[in-house]
Parts: sequence; C-alpha cells; structure tokens
Amino acid sequence: MNGRRAAGRPPLVVVALGGLGLALFLLPLVGLLWRTNWSDLPALLASPVVTDALWLSVIASVSATVIALLLGVPLAWVLARVEFPGRRLVRGLVLLPLVLPPVVGGAALLFALGRRGLVGEPLYEATGLVLPFSTWGVVLATTFVAMPFLVITVEGALRNLDERFEGAAASLGASRWTVLRRVTLPMIAPSVMAGLVLTWARAFGEFGATITFAGNLQGRTQTLPLAVFVALESDRDVAVAISLVMVVVSLAVLVTLRERWWKVL
Amino acid sequence: MVVRRSATFALEVDLSIEPGSTVALLGPNGAGKSTAVSAVSGLLAIDEGKIELARSVLDDPAADVFVPPEERRIGVVFQDYLLFPHLTVLENVAFGLRSRKVANDRARDAAASWLERLGLTGLESLRPGDLSGGQAQRVALARALVTEPDLLLLDEPLAALDVTTRVESRRVLSDHLSGFDGPRLLITHDPTEAFLLADEIQVVEDGIVTQVGSADDIRLRPKTKYAADLAGSNLVAGSTTDGLVETGGHQIHIADHGVSGPVLLTIHPNAISVHRNRPEGSPRNSWATTVDRLESLGDRVRLRTGAPLPLTVEVTSEATDALGLGIGSEVWVAVKATEIGVEPGG
Repeated sequence: MNGRRAAGRPPLVVVALGGLGLALFLLPLVGLLWRTNWSDLPALLASPVVTDALWLSVIASVSATVIALLLGVPLAWVLARVEFPGRRLVRGLVLLPLVLPPVVGGAALLFALGRRGLVGEPLYEATGLVLPFSTWGVVLATTFVAMPFLVITVEGALRNLDERFEGAAASLGASRWTVLRRVTLPMIAPSVMAGLVLTWARAFGEFGATITFAGNLQGRTQTLPLAVFVALESDRDVAVAISLVMVVVSLAVLVTLRERWWKVL
Repeated sequence: MVVRRSATFALEVDLSIEPGSTVALLGPNGAGKSTAVSAVSGLLAIDEGKIELARSVLDDPAADVFVPPEERRIGVVFQDYLLFPHLTVLENVAFGLRSRKVANDRARDAAASWLERLGLTGLESLRPGDLSGGQAQRVALARALVTEPDLLLLDEPLAALDVTTRVESRRVLSDHLSGFDGPRLLITHDPTEAFLLADEIQVVEDGIVTQVGSADDIRLRPKTKYAADLAGSNLVAGSTTDGLVETGGHQIHIADHGVSGPVLLTIHPNAISVHRNRPEGSPRNSWATTVDRLESLGDRVRLRTGAPLPLTVEVTSEATDALGLGIGSEVWVAVKATEIGVEPGG
C-alpha cells in the first residue's frame, strides 16, 4: 500500500464500528418513516388525542424548565460555593433522579404528595389541592426528573469559573450582587443555556414518572409519550403520527440551537 | 501585618508608602507575595497587625475592623490581568466606575479618555481575547487607574509578557506610575523591574522581610544569598552601534553587532576578573580603575570599582588576599564581551 495515501485515511475498524453505531441510531427513525401513513397524516395530526397531548407536553416541559431554572441555579450555586457538612451527600441526593428509574421516582412522589401522602395529606386538608392525576402533577413529575440536569451543568460551570475574576470585580468596587449580575452569571451563561436545553429535552420525553404520578388522562395528564404508549395498542397510525411529531419537535429544537452552546456540554 | 496561610506559612511584613513613591516587594515564588496582594486588596483578612490607607483603617483584627474589597479604594493590576472576557475593552475599563454607580455615558467617556492616554484608541470594541500581551497589560492598567484609587497595587505586572514586550511595557508602566499621585505597591520577582521602578525595595523570603532599602542598597550590600544573587547584576545604560556601547564617556565592547540604539547591559559580578596589571588574553574590555569599596561575605568578597565605570565585582577572599586588594588599590578589570547581557531599551 502506498504509505502516503494510507496516512490520510482513517482506520477501517474505526469507520466500520462508527458506521454500525450510526445505523443503530438511524434504523428506528427509518422504520418510523417507512411505517407512516402519509395520506392520513394531516387528519391524524389534527385529532384531539394528538393536539391535547402536544399542548400538554409543551406546557409541562416548558414549565418544568422554568422551575428548574428558578430553583436549580441557586441550588447549584450553594453546592458549588458554600462549604457545609454533608455537602457530598446532598449532591448525591440531587443527582439521584438521574439514576433512579423514573417509575420509582413517580411512585416516591405519590407517597410524599399523594392524597394520603406525607405532605400531600395536610396539603389536601388545608387547601383541597390534589396533585396526582392533575396537570400540575405532570409538571412536578417532569421537574423532578429533569432538574438534576440543570443543577449538574450549572454547578460544573461555577466550579470551573476562575473565582479570581470575581475578586477582580470586587477590587473594582462591585458589590456582591453586581459581581453576580455582571460577572458570574454572564460568564456561566453558555453552560446555563446548555443545561436548560438538556433539561427541556429530558422533560419533553418523560414517561415513567408522569404515568405513575399523574396518570394517563387525555387532556389533563396525557403527554405525547403517554399518548404513544396507549395508541400503540389501539390505533397504530395514531401512534406513528404522534411519534413523528415528537421527532420533528425535538429535531427542530436541537438543530436550531447555536453550536456555541453545544461546546459546553 | 501578619497573615497566616497555613500551619507552616505566615507572611509578616511592615511597610509604609509615601504618596508619589513606589515600594516594591521583591522575592522568589512562594515568598508570600500573592498573600500580600490578597491581604492589601481585601480578598484575605490579616491575622495580626493593621492596614491603613488614606487615614482610614482597612483591616484591624484587634479592633474587629474589616473593610471588604469593594469598599477599598485600591486599583489592582493583577498578574494575569483578569480582564473580563465577556466584556469589550471599553466596558472592562468602565467597569469600576459603573460598579460605583457612575452614569453609563460618563463612565464610558472616562474610560475612553484613559484608553487614549495609554495609546489604546481603536481597541474599544475588541474583546480581551483579541488583544496582544502588551495591549492587555495596558488595558488592565487603565481599568485600575480610571477609578482614581488611593493606592495602586501591581501584582507582577510584567510577568506574563515576553521579553521584548516587557521592555516596552516597563517604559509605559514607569511613565504612568510617575503620573500617579498616590502610593504605589509593586509586587515582583524580577529584580530589574524592582530596581527600575521602585524607590524602596523590601526583599521578602519565606514570609519575612530580609532587607529594606533602595535599589543600590540591595545591589551593593545584599544581606542574604538570595539578595546577593538577584542583586548581582550590574546594570549599565548606554547606546550601541556595531558592537560598541557608549556609556558616559566609556566604551564597552559587546558580542552582538546586530543591535543598535539605546541598550541596557547586565554584567554579573562573577563575570568580571580583577588583575594587578593590564591583562593579556581574549577579554575585549579591560580598563584601569581603583577599588572604592570592599566588603567581605565569608568566602567571597564584593568590590565596588570606581571611574571610569563603577562596577560591583565578586571575587574569592583568597584572590583578594593573594592580590593584596584593599580600598584604594589600583587594579585592572576585564570583562568578556560574551558575558555581557544586552537588552534593547533603557
């Protein structure tokens, strides 16, 4: 073999294995497109089952992301910057939903916040509020599984941030709040964005915790993943249509994101 | 002030700086210089002693007084400059003013005028990442000066620069330091920087000040081995053409014929040989002179020669005895051209 030509080509084994990996990703997608009943598709997409589920999925995933932002960033800050006893344990607990099977997460939420749960019972007695099997329940369940993504991303970014910049800002007369607002947060903004994307993606695709805690009621708690699950047993065409919707929405979000934010992940 | 960094290291320093003068803390790495910067700027609290600036106490553990860094009026130029990467050059320089609640346009105007003073016009909308080392250093200086601080604190301001930029930047720094009315504290490990920029030098080793004095004091009468080593080099300013340096009526041959213009020569005391008579051999530079001063440092002896070019020379005690050298002795000194360090500028 000509030495010069061989030097430029990537090793055959690597290409072969990479190709196999790619096939693994593409195959389900191809299968989905092959099975699609293209002529009936518009009618299917307009049916209440699909539109209700899409609406719920969007509401729930966006709400979960917003809550994760409001609560997760401060939590990440505390974990990254404040030394307190048991910090490692707390960090482990925060990351638990990443490892726990979502169904277990949903069940645990039920025991805590269900009508006869630890917090749920007094909550119900006092306000009549019932979280399980409600739209808010969906939001809660998805937040539970998705927020760790934001916390871990932001905490990582804060740890990697050179604290000397904050010292420099202080030496220039910036109060703690100004330092946070003009130095710390802008410098971790790319990581926060990346974290938000991950969080949203996870929330959008959540199934196990949702179905366990919030149930499967069309129009109230039946998000897109739940709708597919049900449709697979009754009307395959609807299942395919919903799956396509999810693929398109996800692709649209991921592709329109600026490459700059992906570098942080 | 005393700052205890760990069970094994504490920095103990006592200095006071007059307005309009520069004091340098000169010491090797690990001597405690960064500790001093952190303590004075307020990023670290001292354990004992007191820090006072412009008649107000900044840090006094005994009286339980501690002024946080944002309330201290100190302009700091950090070692790596620490320019905010997400802000433009103009925004960086205006940062201190805006943090102190100065209106946006006034802050920007002040920042722009300082940038002009430092020869940085045209760079306002660039990011720190686009700047060269020398430019970044000047932006950092502008950023510190624009707030009109009571004290200017420079932490190894030239350390991050390559040799050629350093010479130019040293000149810029020297100009702006003398233009600053308040006291200035310079932290460095580079003796040339300290000798050229400071009025008073405090040599710090392992957390303790081992010597205080002017550049000449340190150079001629070093009290520790470290000081002797770094003080060693003689610094001679002159102007060169084609390998010949003119300095105050005396001529020196250097090995580098490519350099021309003003230069700074460094000649280490060990590179100078002393003879009773005119020496023969390769050294291009030799002249007759007298021994003005003589100091014994155990096995070594430091001499200071007189006209036409005063130099600090180091020889062994044995040699001194063998040659019968004493104050007033007439000797010949010789320096090899290749032993002379040449730096453009001066």
